[in-house]
Amino acid sequence: MVSSETIQAIQARFPSAEITEFRKQFRVCVPREIVHDVLRFLKDECGFTLIIDITCVDYLYYPKAKDRFGVVYIVGRPENADRLIVKTFVNDPEPTLPTVTDLWEGARWLEREVWDMFGIRFEGHANLRRILLPEDFQDHPLRKDYPLQGRGERHNIPVVTRDMG
Amino acid sequence: MTRMTDLPDNVVITKLDALVNWCRKNSLWPMPFATACCGIELMATGASRHDIARFGAEVFRFSPRQCDLMIVAGRVVMKMMPVLQRIWLQMHEPKWCISMGACASTGGVFDTYAVVQGIDRFIPVDMYVPGCPPRPEQLLQAIIDLQEKIQREGSAWGKDVERRPHQPPRALLADPKNPRLLVAGPPIFAQDEAANKWDTGKRGESPDS
Ligand code: SF4
Repeated sequence: MVSSETIQAIQARFPSAEITEFRKQFRVCVPREIVHDVLRFLKDECGFTLIIDITCVDYLYYPKAKDRFGVVYIVGRPENADRLIVKTFVNDPEPTLPTVTDLWEGARWLEREVWDMFGIRFEGHANLRRILLPEDFQDHPLRKDYPLQGRGERHNIPVVTRDMG
Repeated sequence: MTRMTDLPDNVVITKLDALVNWCRKNSLWPMPFATACCGIELMATGASRHDIARFGAEVFRFSPRQCDLMIVAGRVVMKMMPVLQRIWLQMHEPKWCISMGACASTGGVFDTYAVVQGIDRFIPVDMYVPGCPPRPEQLLQAIIDLQEKIQREGSAWGKDVERRPHQPPRALLADPKNPRLLVAGPPIFAQDEAANKWDTGKRGESPDS
């Protein structure tokens, strides 16, 4: 569990951060303008040297949601297995965030996955291209307005017949 | 002229085709294309308890060039389909394909944007095995049925291959109004007339000769 000193340090440094607790897990919600500063502070001054995951939630059709995409960073402190969740929100059109690959090299593939599935652009990422889906895929399929059965991508494959050898 | 009754007891007369088919069917070399949970059941079929060797199909090869039976076990996503087709095209004739499990045959419960709704839309399939996953006995039954099919069809010199109707390969496209429906697309090699012709001649002859 993250110590209360750390939480207080974050709150003192970033007064606009909303820190909530649920079952001894802390979540820090910050505006998108300062998310990079918060993560840099956590890495350089609080010892969170590990990026565990970057992921995203699409709040389209979600009752009472103010913003469309919530981007979630999970950072870890290896000395005592602390985990902290940092969350920020971005909106259409062109949801964009600054990259955190300058803090953690390991964020490269995580950001590429979020770009692939949700279409969140990470400014400053050296190689932001699709990681899971084929290069020529057009959509971002984990967005809620993308149909579950797709837009025909699974059918647009050439057919191999018996007489082709 | 020798009469049948004059032949010694240890001589059997048969058609060459039947003999060749009998050899083929008892020496299938499977290519395990196992992409998901069905692959585990495929491995169980190869293991000692169910013992696929009883049907002459125990030599699993991971090179398509050494195989003549492709067993597709598991769901295939649309990014994997060109890989599967390429492996299939690398196998030599005569070759057969078993679609193992609900996913390979129909997409199964995975009716999503990425999962191909049945591999038979894009490559030829000889046998379908139902189940999720099918028991090893079911796969063995499919191999037995396939052996029967091999015995019935096929010929020593590939006449059956020549008799196959030539259809120019076509793309299937999603209906723009309802992506769940399919419509036939244009021939795949439409821009390249020469490429479309390569298979119209008789086997063994080049189109120009
Ligand atoms: S049919 Fe069932 S067991 Fe086989 S790949 Fe699909 S989900 Fe897995």
